[in-house]
Parts: sequence; C-alpha cells; structure tokens
Amino acid sequence: MSAHAASHAEHGHHEQGFVRKYLLSTDHKVIGLQYLFTGMLMALIGGFTVYVFRMQLAFPGEEVPLWGRVTAAQYNALVTTHGSVMIFWVAMPVLIAAFGNFLIPLMLGCDDMVFPRLNRLSYQLFLLSALILIASFFVPGGPFGGAWTAYPPLSADPAYNATPWGATLWLIAVALEFVAFLLGGINFITTAMNSRAPGMKMFDVPIVIWMIVLASLVFMASVGPLIAGAIMLLFDQRFGTGFFNPATGGDPVLWQHLFWFFGHPEVYVVLLPALGIVAEVMTTFSRKKLFAYRTVIFTAIATSIISFFVWAHHQFVAGIDPRMAGLFTVTTLIISVPIAEMMFIYIATLYGGSIRFTTPMLWALAFIAEFLIGGVTGIYLGAAGSDVYFHDTYFVLAHFHYTFFPIAFIATFAGLTYWFPKMFGRMMDERLGKIHFWGTIIAFNVIFIPLFLTGAGGDHRRIFDYSLFPELAGLQGLRVLATIGLLVLIAFQPIFIYNFINSMFRGKVAGANPWRANTLEWAAPSPPPHGNFPEMPVVYRGPYEYSVEGRDEDYWPQHVPPDDPKRPAEQVA
Amino acid sequence: MPYWYLQQASTFAGDVDNLVLLITVIVGFWFLAAEFIFFWLIWRFRARDGHKAAYVAGETKREKRWVSYPHYAVLAFDILILIFALRVWNDIKISAPPAEERIRVIAQQWAWTFVHAGPDGVLDTADDIRTVDDMHVELDKTYHFELHSRDVVHSFSVPVFRLKQDAVPGRAILGWFRPTRTGEFDIQCAEICGIGHGLMPARLIVRTPEEHRAWMAEASGMASATAGTGLVARVEGEGQ
Repeated sequence: MSAHAASHAEHGHHEQGFVRKYLLSTDHKVIGLQYLFTGMLMALIGGFTVYVFRMQLAFPGEEVPLWGRVTAAQYNALVTTHGSVMIFWVAMPVLIAAFGNFLIPLMLGCDDMVFPRLNRLSYQLFLLSALILIASFFVPGGPFGGAWTAYPPLSADPAYNATPWGATLWLIAVALEFVAFLLGGINFITTAMNSRAPGMKMFDVPIVIWMIVLASLVFMASVGPLIAGAIMLLFDQRFGTGFFNPATGGDPVLWQHLFWFFGHPEVYVVLLPALGIVAEVMTTFSRKKLFAYRTVIFTAIATSIISFFVWAHHQFVAGIDPRMAGLFTVTTLIISVPIAEMMFIYIATLYGGSIRFTTPMLWALAFIAEFLIGGVTGIYLGAAGSDVYFHDTYFVLAHFHYTFFPIAFIATFAGLTYWFPKMFGRMMDERLGKIHFWGTIIAFNVIFIPLFLTGAGGDHRRIFDYSLFPELAGLQGLRVLATIGLLVLIAFQPIFIYNFINSMFRGKVAGANPWRANTLEWAAPSPPPHGNFPEMPVVYRGPYEYSVEGRDEDYWPQHVPPDDPKRPAEQVA
Repeated sequence: MPYWYLQQASTFAGDVDNLVLLITVIVGFWFLAAEFIFFWLIWRFRARDGHKAAYVAGETKREKRWVSYPHYAVLAFDILILIFALRVWNDIKISAPPAEERIRVIAQQWAWTFVHAGPDGVLDTADDIRTVDDMHVELDKTYHFELHSRDVVHSFSVPVFRLKQDAVPGRAILGWFRPTRTGEFDIQCAEICGIGHGLMPARLIVRTPEEHRAWMAEASGMASATAGTGLVARVEGEGQ
C-alpha cells in the first residue's frame, strides 16, 4: 500500500504509467471499474447474441444482418452464450464485483480492501475466464451449445454435443469465474467485518453493503458443489470417467442437483445487491429513512437461508421422485414471503416522502414495478401442479427475465447513474438519462409480455424454428413483436453509452455530495483519491437519517458530529 | 391461460388450467394492489415546494403492521395455492389410476419411437406396433407410459395433455394419461438435446376405439414387414 502515495486524486494524472495504475492496480476503485467495464463489454456480446437468435425466431431462415443465416448448431451456441454471459460475466461482475469493490471501502469509511492483492488476483482470474470463453468461439466445432445449465450427457460427450473444445473451454471458463468470485467474496466479508469506520456498528452499515456481503456468503456456501461438479464433468469430457454417464454407473440427474444447488441461490446472489442499490437510491431521492431497516436485513437473511432449500423446483419433471416435488413446492412458496415483505417495505418507504424523479430514482422505482411481475409469475412455476405445463416454456423465460433484467440492468442503471458522480467526479446528463430510461423500460415490456403469452400457448424453449409445430403457428405475431421490442431496446443503449463516456469528460463537475446523501462515500472527494478519505471519517448515526425532525437540512450524514442539543441545527455541507 | 391457445385433451388438463386460473386470480389481485399503492404513493408524495418528508423509522409494531399484515396474508394465500398445486401434482405424477394399456416412449437424438401394445393390448408381444414420430392412442382409455432415452436427456411434452416428463438415459420413468378428445396434436421435446432439438416434433393422434382398431389392423399388417420404421405412418398419410 505504501508504494501508492495518496496523491492520485486527479483522474488521468499519470505518475505510475497507465499499465501500473489501471491494469495492475490494487486500488479497490480501479478494480471495481475494471470489473464494471469488463462486464459492460461482455454485455455487448450477450446483447449481440440475443439480437441474432431473436431475429431467427421472428424471421426463420432469413439472413440476419451482421450475421447471415442461422444454423441449428449456431442457434444453440447463441442461446448458450447469451445465458452464460449475461449471468456469469455481466450480472455477477457488475452487481457484486464492480459495486462491491467500489462501494464497500467507501461506504465503510476505510482506505481499501483488507486483501488488495487478492482483489487484484480475483479480477485477473475473472478476465482470464472471460478470455477463455471468448476463445471458445474460435475453436473447431465452435462454442458450446448445450444451454447455460449444461446438462450431461449432452455436455459430457462430444458425440452428442459436437463441440469437443467448446464444451471444455466453457466449463473451464465457468469454473475459473467461480474461483475469481470466491476470492472477491472472502475479501468483501473480511473487509466488512474488520474495517468499518470508528463508531459504525453492524446496524449502521448501509443496506447495499449488507446485501453484497450476504450475497458473497450465499455464493461461498453454494458454489462448492458446483465447482466439484464442474471438475467431475471435465473428467467425464476429457478423461473417460463416468460420473454422469449411466452406462458406467453414473447419474445425469446428479449434475442437475449440483448445478441447481448453486443455481438457485445464485438468483439471490445477484438479487440481494440489486435490492441494496435500490434501497440506497430510494431513500436518497424520497428523502426518507428506510422503513424497518432491521427487518430488511432479517428478511434478506431469511431469504438467503431458504434459498438453499428450493433448488429442486427446477427439476420437478426431471425424473426426481415426484413426492420430493411436494417438499420443494412448499419451500418455494415460503420464500415468496420474505421477498414479498421486502417489496412491501420498499413500497412503504415511499410513504410520507418527498420524491424526486431523478434518473437513478426512475430506475429504482422501475425496479420495484417490474420485479413484482417477475415475483408473482414465479408462483405459477413454484407450484408443481402448474409447472408441469409451464416448465421449459417461454413462460419460464419471460418470468426469469422479469427478475434478471431488473436485477442486471435496471438496478445496475440505477446504481451507475447514482454513483457516477462519485466514480468520475462529474454528473451524467439528466435529459439523455431519461430518454434512455423510458426507451429501455417500454421496450423491455414489449419484449417479455408477449413471451409470457407464447409460453402459455406452448412455445418451448431453445427451439430454433417453430414452423414444424402446427399448433404454434398462431403465435408468430407475438414472436415478431418481441423481436421488435428487442430491436428498440438495443437502439436505445447507444444513448446510455454516449451519455456515460461524454459525461466522464464533459459532464458538470459534481462536488463531493451532489445528491445530498448520508452515507460515507459522499464524505470523500469525487472521485476519491487513492486512500479515499483525506481525513478518516467517524460514524455517529445510521445511514438513513433523512428529514429528521427539528433540523433545517433534510439529510444528516453519518460522519457529521451531533449538534449540541441546545443549539438549533446547523448547516452541514 | 393455456386454454386460450390449446385444447384440453386429457383428464388432468382441466385441473392444471383451473390451478393456473386460481393462481392468476390470487397473484393478480396482489400484483394489482401492490402496483396501485406503489404508483399512488409515488404520485401522492412527489416532491413539492414547502413540503418536507416525514421521519418514519418503521421500527414500532404500529408502523410495521402495514407490512406485517399483508405478509401474513401472503402466507395464507401461499398455503391455499399449495393445497391446490399439490393435489394437481399428485393426480398427474403420483397416484395413477390402473392402466388399461401400456405404451413405451423412447427418445433419442432426434426422434421419438413409440411402441404400442398392438391388437392384443399387451406390450412386449409379437404384435407390438412401433412407429417413429407419431403416437396413436385411443379416446377414454387410461395409458401408462414408460419413458426411456437412448442418449441424452430429452423431455416428453404433450401440451394438450398438460403433461411433461424428462426422459433420462439409464432410467425407465413411468407416467400416465387418459385422452379425452380426438384429433391430432403436437408432441415437443422440452429439454435441449443437441443440434436437432428444434427438429424433434412428433404427432399425437387420438382416435375413437373403432378408428383406433382400424389403424391397428392396417399398421400391424405393414409393421410385420417393416418393423420399427416411420413408414407405417407415412403410408397412412398422417406422419411428417
């Protein structure tokens, strides 16, 4: 740490040279931005793949601009890449690693992570995993096409999947990515336990940090079986073992258990940080204390624990004992209770507020409005009796996009537009931000509401051409509508990219606390220098003391010393 | 609702659709109520000059009942849904009525083979009728099916029956259905199974007993010469 003098306040101030400062840095903020930019670049791959295969679905057999005719093998590879990239290389790095790295030391009031070199290694492994995945696009046989769930025997045997190299590289990339997040998670948890500012008790920690730390715990506890499973699958692919091969006494369903034992908690691994971001933004822009702060934490803990007992609801019809499905229906419906409570709390937070419709606030409110759709449609799928019909249809797809899109994009946009001034010291353009918001939100609904209907109508997933199914012919109009929605959604994203890059250099200078928010990151200069705080902050109160009665200002930052009770409230800046 | 799009052609199809309707009514109410209150609060408490936000910690019991009562209600409705969901699930997957006939369904990359019991009504006898990519069953007869896979995981999905079951290599998975409507319907593979996953359609043909007997007579004549091909169906003009 001492090698890095605390004088790098100015962005673009090259004392150490570009490579050491931006590529080999151990500064948590630089690593956070590395994760952010890598995740955003990977989102371009995830976005391009969905463009190609949705065009194929709307106009089967036609030439797709920028791609050409889509073959069945390509179609499978495209959907697999889209799913894997969006979850493992976009949602995870951006929500946990980028926001976690950037925010944890700043919001806890310390100078850096506890293990900065481990942190750097985490990013480097993550980058390596992304490069390995990208390399798999160019190997003989092409990238893996067995879906992001990679069920064996299809994923285990090149005779079945026809992608001998693609399947192996995909697996190695996913396993490495998990290792990267394990290292990051250890760092996050240790830092939150040990490096809080003086005076900051656990119940003074902002919700977003709680959520990222809980998510890291859930990730650490759930990923082990899948890493073991990935190694077993690698051995099946490469060394002729038969862990998942029934001919040699293995069992393909074992993989499904290992995958979903991780795969369902993974949903909450990305959901919790998203809920945390939304809590920060909503309290700031409604100038309200978060309703029932402790209850939010307890429901998040309850959700995290229950999330380990729901995995087999992905497998109701997978050949598990049907009596087991009853048990998992119970746990799945139970998990709706803490999540519903959390939604009620967020809605209740608005009561009595003074709501400002800034761009980040619009995203945060949209998160609640859209995530509710994802939440309630989950009931159809958690109830085993109706899942028999909906399983593996587009209804499932629409359901989890109503959870994952709000998580990975809506909450991320809320967070990015909210913390952009802290990251780069300048404000984003509000007008462009709102145009981008409305274009994205409306288009998002135009994509996925029709897909609920095609799913209810019997469209099964991962089918590259529906013309072979006469009963599904009537749904083509809805498929075309969804694709049009997607094209509009994509067309609005350059506005965000332009706004982001342009504002980095030409935005209005922000100052330390442009939103007049309470948490500690706003006590640091924007952007914070290496070491974060010119003077290490001391914490006097919880993170959401907005609109406290008897004070002139409607916010009361955590680090501002209490007033003399006899004196009138004084200005705090 | 599934029945907006697809006919109900099995005894349990109506139960599944009723469960879907029940869930729609319950979650629809909660969804609309939550969104209505949400948007009302946004409008009601928008920032206005001279208005300051209230300080509400939400830590007292009195305040918390605004979220705790609704969440008890959610729990109660969950239990209601649970009861119906498990009854439907039990009828489809756990307690089957006794079989009147058996049928074997074999999935492979990328075709379905159906082994019908033939005129004697018993599986694994000389008069079995094997077809590829079309399944022939009789109206109002309870079938037990036995599902196999020769290679990877497939999923046997009959949307008009509201029936779905994965086929797992190394296992024989049992299930049942009783057709309630004559006609020709789609069978899909619902689990990605390789390059030809989208090219794995099959047809379900439900006939009255008389028509079904006529089909069997014709098919077993053909089948004795060409056992186990799709030719049978094609001659009849009902296959792909």
